[in-house]
This record gives sequence, structure tokens and C-alpha cells, in this order.
Amino acid sequence: MSWRSCFYFLRAAHKTLYTLQEQLGLLGRSGIRPSSTMAQTVTPILSVLPTRGLVDEKFKVALENLPPRFPVTLHSLHQSEDKDYWEAFGYYVSDDRGRVTVSQDASLGGTYTGAEPMGLLWSMRPVPGSRTGLRLRKMDVQSPMVVLISAYKGHVFEGFREQPPMASAVTERWYMAPGVQRIDIRERGVKGTIFIPQGPGPFPGVLDMWGGGGGLVEYRSALLASHGFVSLALDYLSPKVAVADDQSLVYFEKAFNIIQQHPQVIKDRVGICGLCLGASVTLNVAAYSESVSPRCCVCISGSHVLPAAKSLSYVINDGYKHMDKLLVDEQNRMVWRHAILPITTNPDEKLDMGRIKCPLLLVNGDDDQSKATVESAEDIAKMMRAAGNEHLLTTLNYHDAGHLIEPPYTPHFRASNFIIQHLQQKVLVLWGGKTKPHADAQEDSWQKILSFLREHLYPCPSSSIPQAKL
Amino acid sequence: METNLWRLLLSVQPSRGLVDEKFSVRVQNAPPAHPLTMHALLHSEDGDTWEAFGHYVTDSGGDVNVSEDPSLGGTYDGVEPMGLLWSLRPAPGSRPGLRFRKRDAQTPMQVRLSVYQGHQSEGFMDRAVLASVMVERWYMAPGVRRVNITEGGVTGTLFLPPGPGPFPGLMDLWGGGGGLVEYRPALLASHGFASLALDYLKQADVKNEYFEDAYRVLQQHPQVCKNRIGLVGLSFGSSVALKMSVYSNVIQPRCIVCVSGSHIQHVGGTLADIFADIAKNQKKTRYNEENQVIWRDLLLPVPTDLSKKVDVGRLQCPLLLVVGEDDQNWPVPESADDMREMMEGAGNSHLLTVLSYPRAGHLIEPPYSPHCRAGTFMAAGSRKKFIALWGGEVAPHSRAQEDAWRKTLDFLRENLYCSAD
Repeated sequence: MSWRSCFYFLRAAHKTLYTLQEQLGLLGRSGIRPSSTMAQTVTPILSVLPTRGLVDEKFKVALENLPPRFPVTLHSLHQSEDKDYWEAFGYYVSDDRGRVTVSQDASLGGTYTGAEPMGLLWSMRPVPGSRTGLRLRKMDVQSPMVVLISAYKGHVFEGFREQPPMASAVTERWYMAPGVQRIDIRERGVKGTIFIPQGPGPFPGVLDMWGGGGGLVEYRSALLASHGFVSLALDYLSPKVAVADDQSLVYFEKAFNIIQQHPQVIKDRVGICGLCLGASVTLNVAAYSESVSPRCCVCISGSHVLPAAKSLSYVINDGYKHMDKLLVDEQNRMVWRHAILPITTNPDEKLDMGRIKCPLLLVNGDDDQSKATVESAEDIAKMMRAAGNEHLLTTLNYHDAGHLIEPPYTPHFRASNFIIQHLQQKVLVLWGGKTKPHADAQEDSWQKILSFLREHLYPCPSSSIPQAKL
Repeated sequence: METNLWRLLLSVQPSRGLVDEKFSVRVQNAPPAHPLTMHALLHSEDGDTWEAFGHYVTDSGGDVNVSEDPSLGGTYDGVEPMGLLWSLRPAPGSRPGLRFRKRDAQTPMQVRLSVYQGHQSEGFMDRAVLASVMVERWYMAPGVRRVNITEGGVTGTLFLPPGPGPFPGLMDLWGGGGGLVEYRPALLASHGFASLALDYLKQADVKNEYFEDAYRVLQQHPQVCKNRIGLVGLSFGSSVALKMSVYSNVIQPRCIVCVSGSHIQHVGGTLADIFADIAKNQKKTRYNEENQVIWRDLLLPVPTDLSKKVDVGRLQCPLLLVVGEDDQNWPVPESADDMREMMEGAGNSHLLTVLSYPRAGHLIEPPYSPHCRAGTFMAAGSRKKFIALWGGEVAPHSRAQEDAWRKTLDFLRENLYCSAD
């Protein structure tokens, strides 16, 4: 992506931000001078470093030049692509030198507490008065998330719009590192987007599949490419793609081949990463494909409980057969986790995990209300133990994390709107998880996923060269 | 050693930084005790190529961490986290006398960092790269606004920090090359100061009132604290800053920063008079063996006559002088010594801070900018080009830039943000 297009996107992002600032009355654009007291008052200095980061990079937020022992609220504000506002805030008291250092000081209240360097991002939630069931996801990965960080006097819990902050700073959070290329793929009936890291390559590859919500979700692939993997985000549920009724794995095998055959990909170093239904597809391909062999697989919030030889649409419909097990809780949220419980002992109703031939990483939250992933993982381990391939398995279970384990520092939502594709029905789904443990799970699991992919996909010198003198 | 048996990982954090932010550059997954060259490549807006490189050896884990490991040679050596930027120099075969300056402050510098096999010193464009990443270096933080100023006959650009303000203000006066140089005020705004870049050399006969008008424009902006304004000058801009602060009733800055400046000037008249005065001493111009112009003697010896130098004994606000001891363009160290003497005599030397850097030259810029020891110079309004010797040696000059910038920001914060009314 050229610097020029980068600049235009940034300018567009800034336009949104200035509109945002104006709406919040933060600019003296009307030409009305602030009161004379304000003109003389010394303002604190708010800094965010780095000013522009990747979504998974930590930042340091600091306030200086406050009076000592002064109560302040640090506030973050973001307007999503759907035009909803999300915010987070923490209460602090400056030290004797009039400073607040978010990475070290404890928040005394707000949407997060304790010493949380990234709390202003992961604890965001829709502002009061927003539509319900919202989920924050970036669909345009070529522009950054723009976040306004502000400092307010005192400990404020509402009405952030009604008072001007003492100071503000803007930070950008990017899914794409500079130089990463984004290319639309419409080839051999396969629909997706491929992201290629900067540099000569060749690089390892990853086939990346999202869940049953469908569509083309690109952000994880963009981030993987920013870490050195050619990554293909695959659309496999859109009606136009028409793969759902396909009984075989041909569509996924074609997608895998597209990555392998790319001139900048190391052919024997391609893995698969999937979330939810995407994880089930990953296991299906890894266990049953006769033409592709992923070098490793990452399955986030997935299950092996699906009949192997059936089409995706059969699998999805099959899930809704067990209506008596699909609960609706007191807030009208669908709780789907019981659909596959207890885990079936019938081998025809689940994938044969003894057929897995590559390293497999499972990432699950034990408060997953949408799918019984922890129980599935236990059954997977049992099957693999019996088959003698358990040494390939690594399982990460995160206490009090929910279903949607995303890249780090993105907000957690316990439930959100979901469209059941083939029924075209909108429901409110309970994903589960508690905010702080879920945020910790996202941060920890992402590091482990990247390490796992590097370990298995990046050819390492010590394993491939003899101990000869260089 | 076949390179296709392993792939190394190159990472830079942050990949998009402000020009004064440090980055960390790491190589992983290489063989242990393996020689590698880290290389930086930058294309200027004029199409020139700048490059820097350092020679490294991976540790027992096959890693290189530029922030901790020493470069064994190249355009910089030793442990230098930012050496790949500050030691950038024109690639072999470039036009002579180049100076790196970003004209468009709203877009980033794009630097390509690459890793090469072994210890290479030339021919980088013809060699295979093991890995590379693109790094952006910005003068403007997100949310900083750029506003064209054309009111009251004043031409300039105002950079406003994000947020409601009001903010302390700065008037930024560049040097005798003229034009509207925006990158330093853009960076100052990124640190919380409403900063006005002033174009003041468009006409030879610019009146002193022009600066007062510009100062008023800044004061009257609704997002600027009218009593918290400072002046920042470089070279000739420093001379203007000193003169205005002492003799103008309108310009009453809260503090002044003079980088590579001098108080020696014809006090009574306009800028045109000052230039005429300097021109009278043309015969004192010297040339080094490469025929580069040394102008530092034109203002020497330091006059004792008070009509020929700004009476800094009358200054009423803190003054920070940044001095490169190897300055070949202006007699900055001698001027600083004389200013100190004058202020000690007048009893206001408690206002003075001098930062003096051995082996640093005239062009003390924001940190990690490439050093220019000699470069093409064309005075505003003239058509004659020279190669001026600015002075300084790469490593000490770069250290001076880093240290002076940090102390300049501290000084400005101290005087414009923190001090009581």
C-alpha cells in the first residue's frame, strides 16, 4: 500500500475524528474564546506512546503537570464503522509530582480497575443510550481504529460529552503494518483476501477461517501478515460462494492450494487457523483431506463434534435439531453450549481425531456459552491418547474467558447480535466470558498462537543444517 | 551456507513512529554466531537515495537486538538503537551537497529496513535481501491539525495539538534559507504546543512589524494561551528571536530557545540592514580544501559596541542556547560566551542555560535526522548556490540532536506548561 493511499485513509480517519470532536464540543471552532480563567489555567500534558501502533502492541498513557494528589478520569472514545460510540474510563489520583502513569498506577474504578496498561481499550463498551447487542469489529483493515484518549477533572462516570476534558490525545491502532499488501482473491470459485508481508519472502502461509457468522472477516489475517505470514482470509459461507452444500472438502483444499502456489509462499509451510465453525472446518481438513496436509493447525473455540462426511449446511442445520437443548436465558439470549452435550460416544457423529498428523493448538474459554469447547477438547485428548498421536496436541484453557477469543485489546462483549445465515434470522447470542479474564486470555493466547505458528512454520536453522563451520 | 534452509524474522516496533520516538529492531530465527548486515534505505522527496548500515553477529539464540547488540562497523558502530536512522547518508553516486529535509510534514518518511547475509558495505541494490520491513516516521502525531495562516499580511502555518486546549504557543523561526519549513513546528505540536511556522524572508525588506503581527495572530487564536508563548529559532531565526524579545513591546515571550544562533547583528534597522552588514564582511569568507564555504568569521570579532549586538542584559525571560562547538557557519560558541558575560554583568544570567556540544555542527535538528556536514545553500532572495560547511561529525552531532531535543522539550514544558502565572 503506497504512502499516498495511507495518507488519504488517515485524512478520512481524521475527518471522522474532527466531526467527533466537534460533536462533543471539544473544539473552539465557533471562535468563542474559552473563559479567561481557562485561558490562564495550566493544562496537564497527556501523552500516548507510541502514537500509532499495531492492534497487538502495548501503549503507554501518561499524564503530567497535574496538581499533586489530584483526582482525574482517563477516558477513551472510539466511533465504530457502524457509527456507534464505544468508551472506557479509569479513575486515578496523581502522585506527589502530579503524574499519572497508566502502566503502573492502579485504576480505582471505572470500566477497569488495577494497574492495567491497556484497560482503556479492552474494557470499552457502547456508550449509554446505544443500540443493543453491539459488537466491535473492524471491517476495513486498511485504515486504523482511531481512539481519542482524554483526561477529565475528578472521577466522572457519565456525561463525558457535557464537559470539555482537560487534555486529549489521539492514537491510531492498525491491523496492517506498513508495506503489507492486500489482494482480493476470486480464483477457481474461491473467494477471499490474501495479505502478504513486506519483504522478498518467501514466507510461511496461513489459511484463516472465521466462524458461522459468515462474510469475509479480514482483521486477523491482516495482523498475521504483519507478523510475517502470508494469510488468506476465506469467505466460505456467503450464498454466492455456495460451498455450504458441497459434501467434500474441495473448496477448502482449493483455498489451501492457492496459498501454497503463491510465488512468495514456502509450499511445505502452510498452516490453518480457525475460529468456531472455522475451527471445525480446520479439524475436518486436517483429519480427512487426501490432497492437503497443513503443517500445523490452530483451533480457537472449536469442536470436533460434527459428522465428517456431511456438508456444512447439514452440519449447521443439524445443530438446530437439538432445539430442546438450546436455551434462551432470562435476557432473551440464546445459549447454545448444550447442543453437543454430553459429547457423543458414537464415532460417526464426530471427527476421528486419531487421524490428525500435524501439531494442533486448541484455544478455549471455560465460560464459553456458545459451544462446549472445553468438553470437546477433553474428548479430543482422549481420542488422540487412544490413537497414539496425543503428543501433537496442546490445549490452552482460559478461566472465565468466553467464546470470541480475538486479537488482544479488543473489547469483550458477553452477548451480541448474530444472524443465523441460512434462516436469515437475527438473534442475541450469549458468548460468555467476564471482561478482565477474557481480555487476559486474548492477550496471552495471541502471543502463544504467534509462537506456535513461528515454531512450526518458520524454518529454523538449527533443525535444518548440520553443525558445520559456517 | 544455503540461505533457503532458514527464514529469519525481522521486526520493528513501533512500525509507525514519530520522528523522535525510539524504535526497537530485532532479528530472530537466524543461525547462531552468524554475520548479518542491517540496512536502512530512504528515498527523499527529491528522489535522492539515503542509506545506512551496521554489521552484526547473531547471538547463541540466532538473534540480533539492535538496541542491545553492538554494530561492528558500517555507517555507525557500537550499541546504537537509532543508528540506522541518524547515520543515513546519500548513497554512492548521489549529487553533492545533499541535505535531508521533509517538505511535506503531513506524510511520513518511509524507511525500508533490510537484513543482508554477511558483512556488506556496498552494492546493496544488487544483493538478495533476507528480509525487509517498511517503517514510517511521522512529524505529525494523529489528531494534530494544520492550518494555513494568511491573515494580516502574515504568511505561515499553524499546527494545533489535538484536544480542546487552550495550549501554550510557539513561534518557530527557521534560518536564512527562507521558505516555510514546517516539520519542526509539526513535531512541537505533537508535543502539545500550538506552533506557528513563519515565512519571513519572502521579501528582502521585511519590516520588524511583520514579526509583531505574527505574534499577535498567535496570541489571539482562541486555542492559544496568550500569556504562554515562546520563541524557537534556528540560525538566523535565533537572531530575530533575540532581537524581537529585547526590543519589541509587543513580543514578550515567556521563554526563548536559540539553536545555533548569535546575538551579533546591526540592532537599529531591519533584516535587510543586517544582511547588508554581513555582506560587508565578505572578504572574511574562508574555504576548506574541498572548497566548501566557511562563514563563521563574518560576524567576528564579537563587537563591544552595543549597536552591533542585542543587549541580552535586558532579557526578562529564560533563554536556552543550543551550541555546536564545531559550527563552521556561525560563531555560535563565541556568541554564547559573550552573551553569558553580558548577562552576568547585567545580573540576569540566572535566566541563561547553555547546552554546548563538542563536535556538533550548525544544523542541530530534531533527533535521528541525518547529519549534514556540508550542504548546498542558497540564501533567500539570492540565486547563487554554495556548498556551505555546517560542521560537526556524525556520531557526536547525532547525540547532540537527541540530547538537545529532549532538553528543549523539557525547557518548553517547564516554562510554558508548568510555571505559575
